[in-house]
Amino acid sequence: MSTTPVIQMKDIVLNYGALTVLHGISVDFNEGEFFALLGPSGCGKTSLLRIMAGFADPTSGQMLLDGKDLIGIPARRRPVNMMFQSYALFPHLSVEQNVRYGLEMARLPADEIRQRVGAILETTHLTDYARRKPNQLSGGQRQRVALARALVMRPRVLLLDEPLGALDKKLREVMQLELKRLQHEMGITFIIVTHDQEEALVMADRIALMRAGQIEQIGTPAELYEMPVSRFVADFVGKTNFFEGVASGGKVSVAGLGELTSTLPASGAVAYSIRPERICVAPAKNDAFENCFQGVIEEVAYHGQDQHILVRLAGQTEPTIARVGAQQPGTRDIGVGAPVWLGWNGADARVLTR
Amino acid sequence: MRRNSLPLTLHLLLTFLFLYGPIVVLVVLSFNASGLPTVWGGFSLKWYATLFANKKMLYPTLNTVVVATVATLVATVFGTLLAMGIERMRPSAKIDAILFMPMIIPDIVFAVALLGFYTAIKFTLGLHSIIIAHIVFCIAFVCAVVRTRLNGFDHALVEASIDLGASRLTTFRRVTLPIIAPGVVAGAMISFTLSFDEFVIAFFTAGPSSSSQTLPMLIYSMIRFGVTPEINALGTCIIGFSFLLVLLAQRFNRQGTN
Repeated sequence: MSTTPVIQMKDIVLNYGALTVLHGISVDFNEGEFFALLGPSGCGKTSLLRIMAGFADPTSGQMLLDGKDLIGIPARRRPVNMMFQSYALFPHLSVEQNVRYGLEMARLPADEIRQRVGAILETTHLTDYARRKPNQLSGGQRQRVALARALVMRPRVLLLDEPLGALDKKLREVMQLELKRLQHEMGITFIIVTHDQEEALVMADRIALMRAGQIEQIGTPAELYEMPVSRFVADFVGKTNFFEGVASGGKVSVAGLGELTSTLPASGAVAYSIRPERICVAPAKNDAFENCFQGVIEEVAYHGQDQHILVRLAGQTEPTIARVGAQQPGTRDIGVGAPVWLGWNGADARVLTR
Repeated sequence: MRRNSLPLTLHLLLTFLFLYGPIVVLVVLSFNASGLPTVWGGFSLKWYATLFANKKMLYPTLNTVVVATVATLVATVFGTLLAMGIERMRPSAKIDAILFMPMIIPDIVFAVALLGFYTAIKFTLGLHSIIIAHIVFCIAFVCAVVRTRLNGFDHALVEASIDLGASRLTTFRRVTLPIIAPGVVAGAMISFTLSFDEFVIAFFTAGPSSSSQTLPMLIYSMIRFGVTPEINALGTCIIGFSFLLVLLAQRFNRQGTN
C-alpha cells in the first residue's frame, strides 16, 4: 500500500444555517487503502462522505482529488462513486440494468459495457441473478448489487455509507471479509462510514474517529485501540475501565483505591484506563503484577468463548470489568459475591489527560 | 370476510342495489324496443342506431373529447410537477388545504366564481374557457394521486442516478418517471373521466355560443323534453367508457405497488 494521497481535505467546514456540522476537518485518504470514518450518530461522518461525493458543498476549506481541486465539480462528473445506506437500487430495473446504468451514462461502447458488466457480476457472484428485480433479492444480494453498480464504474474512490447496517450479524461478518477481498482485488480506495467500532477495526487499514464535527484521532486500528489519545477514543473503541485520579511522576492516585502505576508520565487530573483483557483475576494475591487490588464479584456475564467478570473495588462507583477465557483454569467456579484479586501491569495502562 | 353472516350479506346486497340499481335500469331501458319505461317491448338495438344517426350528437361529442383530452394532458404534466415540488418541501397543512380546495369546493361555487373571474378580466368564453376550468380541478386530482405514489419514494435513488453520471433530466426520464408512472397514468385517467362528464362548470363557462356545447350539456338540453330511450343509450355508452378507464387506471396503479 502506497501513501500517495487520493483525496486530500484541508480545513473543511460545513455549516447548515447556524449549525456547524464540520469544524475544520483535515485528512488525507491514501491510494488503495481501506479507510473508516467512525463515530457516533450526528458526528458529521456522513456529511463528510457527501461532500466527497458532491452532494454537499463545504462552507469553506479545500478538497483535492489527485492534486486537483474537487470543489465545484458536479457529483455526476466526479470519478468517485457512492454506495448508499439504503442501497438505492432502481426498483424498476433488473440487476443487470442497474449495474450497466452508469456505463450507459458514460456512453461507453456496447461491447465494453457487456464485458464490464459480465465481469463485475461474476466477481460479486451475481451472474445467476442478472435478470431479477431488486425486490426479488435477499438483503445480502441487494447489497452486492449496490456494490457492483458502483464498482463497475472503476472509481478512484468508493464511498460506502453504512454498507452493512441493514444486514443481520452473521451476514455482516461474511460481508466484512467480502468487502475486504473486493477492495484488495480491485485496488480501489474504499472510504466507509460506520458507527460500529468492531466493523471499523476488522475492515479498515486506517480509522478516523470523529466526534461532534471534529476528528478525535486518526490511526491504524491497533493504534486507536492500544494508544487512544483521549477518554472518548478509549471508551468508543473497545471496552475499557476508567479510574479518575491525579497523576504525578508515573503514578496515579485514585481516591479510595490508592496509587496505580503506569509507564507514562503525566501530571494533574487524568483518567487511568486499563482494558478488561489486561486484568488478571485470581483468588489470591499475585505479586507478579504491579497493581493488585481486592474486590467482590458483582456479576459474571458468560459470552461463550470468554466471560466478563464485574468486580467492585474499594471506593469505586463503577464495577471494574475483567475479561477472562471461559476455559481458563480456576475461573469456572468463580461465583457472585466471592472475594477476588485483580492484577495488572502499569505498562498495559493508558493515562489520558483529555 | 370468510364467515358469511346473513345480515351482513343482506346489507351488502342492499348497498349494491342502492348504488347500481338506477344504472341497471338505465342500461336495461336502453335496450327496450318499446321506448316506454314501464313497458318491456323486447330486446332491441334501435335506440343505438338512432343515437349514432343523430347529427346533433357529433359536435358536442367531439367538443367533449377535445376538452377532456387537452385538460387531461395539461393537468397531468402540471399536476405531476406540482406533486414533485410539494413532496420536496417541508410538510405543511396549509399547502395541503390549498391543494385540496379545487377538489372539495362545490362545482356550482367554482363555476360561478370562474364566470365572475372571466367576466372581470373580459375573457371571451368558449371551449378554451371550459378547458382552463377543467385543468384547474384536474391538476388537484393528478397531484393528489401522484403524491401518494411519491410518498415513500427514496430520494437516494435520484442521488444514485446522478452519482452514476446522469443529468437531472435523464434521472427524471429514466428513474423518477418510470417509478411514479402508475400514479401519473392513474391521475390522467381520473382527470379524463372527471372532465368527460363534468356539467356544471362547463355549462357556466361555455359562453352563449352553441358551438362550445359539450355532451353533458347536450344531454341536459335533450332531457328537458323527457328522458328518451336515446339518452339511455348514450348514458350506457358513457358508463361503459368510464368503467373501462377506471378499470385501466386501477390496473396501472396496482402494477406499480407490487
